[in-house]
Amino acid sequence: MIAIVDYGLGNIANLSNALHYLGHDVIVTHDKKELNEADTIILPGVGHFKDAMNRLSELDLLPVLNELKDKKPFIGICLGMQLLFEKSEEGNVDGLSYLPGTVKKITGSLPVPHLGWNQLDAPLPSLQGDVYFIHSYKVHTEENIVATATYEEPVVAIVQKENLIGIQFHPEKSGNLGLQILNQAIKGGFNL
Amino acid sequence: MIKKRIIPCLDVRDGIVVKGIQFKGLREIGDPVELAKRYNTLGADELVFLDISATDTGNALMLDVIRKTAKELFIPMTIGGGLKSSEDISAVLNAGADKVSLNSAALKNPSLINETSEKFGSQCICIAVDAKWVGAEQDWYCYTHGGKKKTDIKTLDWVKEVESRGAGELLITSMDYDGMQQGFDHVLLSKIKETVNIPVIASGGAGNAQHFADLFLDTDVSAGLAASIFHDEDVSIQEVKNLCQLKGVPMRHV
Repeated sequence: MIAIVDYGLGNIANLSNALHYLGHDVIVTHDKKELNEADTIILPGVGHFKDAMNRLSELDLLPVLNELKDKKPFIGICLGMQLLFEKSEEGNVDGLSYLPGTVKKITGSLPVPHLGWNQLDAPLPSLQGDVYFIHSYKVHTEENIVATATYEEPVVAIVQKENLIGIQFHPEKSGNLGLQILNQAIKGGFNL
Repeated sequence: MIKKRIIPCLDVRDGIVVKGIQFKGLREIGDPVELAKRYNTLGADELVFLDISATDTGNALMLDVIRKTAKELFIPMTIGGGLKSSEDISAVLNAGADKVSLNSAALKNPSLINETSEKFGSQCICIAVDAKWVGAEQDWYCYTHGGKKKTDIKTLDWVKEVESRGAGELLITSMDYDGMQQGFDHVLLSKIKETVNIPVIASGGAGNAQHFADLFLDTDVSAGLAASIFHDEDVSIQEVKNLCQLKGVPMRHV
């Protein structure tokens, strides 16, 4: 059973659709017992970093997430990946701080948001191809990087530290390659 | 490197994909879910469904179309047409849309852009603009009601405003070029790209693969959208992508 953390932020219908399509059992919940019973935790998220942290805190999810992140596959997607890091410029608040790094606004001459299909740069053969990005902030970190993309400057696309995985793009909207990556993340990830 | 996107647009009325044929009204061309899947296989980078239903029943059928399509289609899906309020947008997003495109409702009530981009995120708010050159005023103006009604709002002022209000993307249709199949309106699109720094989808005027290559070589837009030429199979998405790639425009291949 895969639990998608429901904290009222973003559209999780499509993530749920993709997981069903891949043949997984899915539960969308913020119930602590259900989260504890799940085999895999997915932290989704679309929207504002500060709102997301506030919602997680209001629902008293911080202690349970903190516990689960050491116990089972834990996947943050899009804003959910950014939340795994220490701090964000978006609202200037602290994140979950499971991984070292910060989140900053994308700058440069190209349009913001970074929107569209961009190529993954990764050594793994299973990560070759284009995936769908849509975000205005990006992670700055030197560690745990599995894949990047280039948007004038490098964009961290996938991170993994043991059972903890972050995916910046939308695997549920990235065609067949996205579905494969999502499945790979659920089955343990990219460098184990 | 980010790829330029090729986007087919499907007009849906009462749950069926239809296509406008000039002076002849509408003709049914098929089941939206099947067509969406077909376009996905053919290499579309994204799909736009435009709901042209005029009734509540039609809008309800659209939600059903979105739900069914989202279960089987794993590329981005944008829904436009008749969305008037935050509640309408919420319903469409919950059904499985990734983005919404707002046109008349945003012109009528610009604060809707602020409200919805804050609530749902800028990334899912695409503002559609029907622009037409007005010779007497030597400027482009926004039109509503499918290009029939002129507003007093200048297109370049409006795109700047919608960007500052939080829109994440623009879908620009040149009413002067739409249906002519002579290529996109590079002058208008370049002016818009000079004015804003959010991604722009170009629409109106595509007649062949070369028109897309010219669009991407000449302007900084992020995507090209077309309807009839893809539906009529005058040109395939693959053909467009192959030619663009050949000319040095980065394309996603499936």
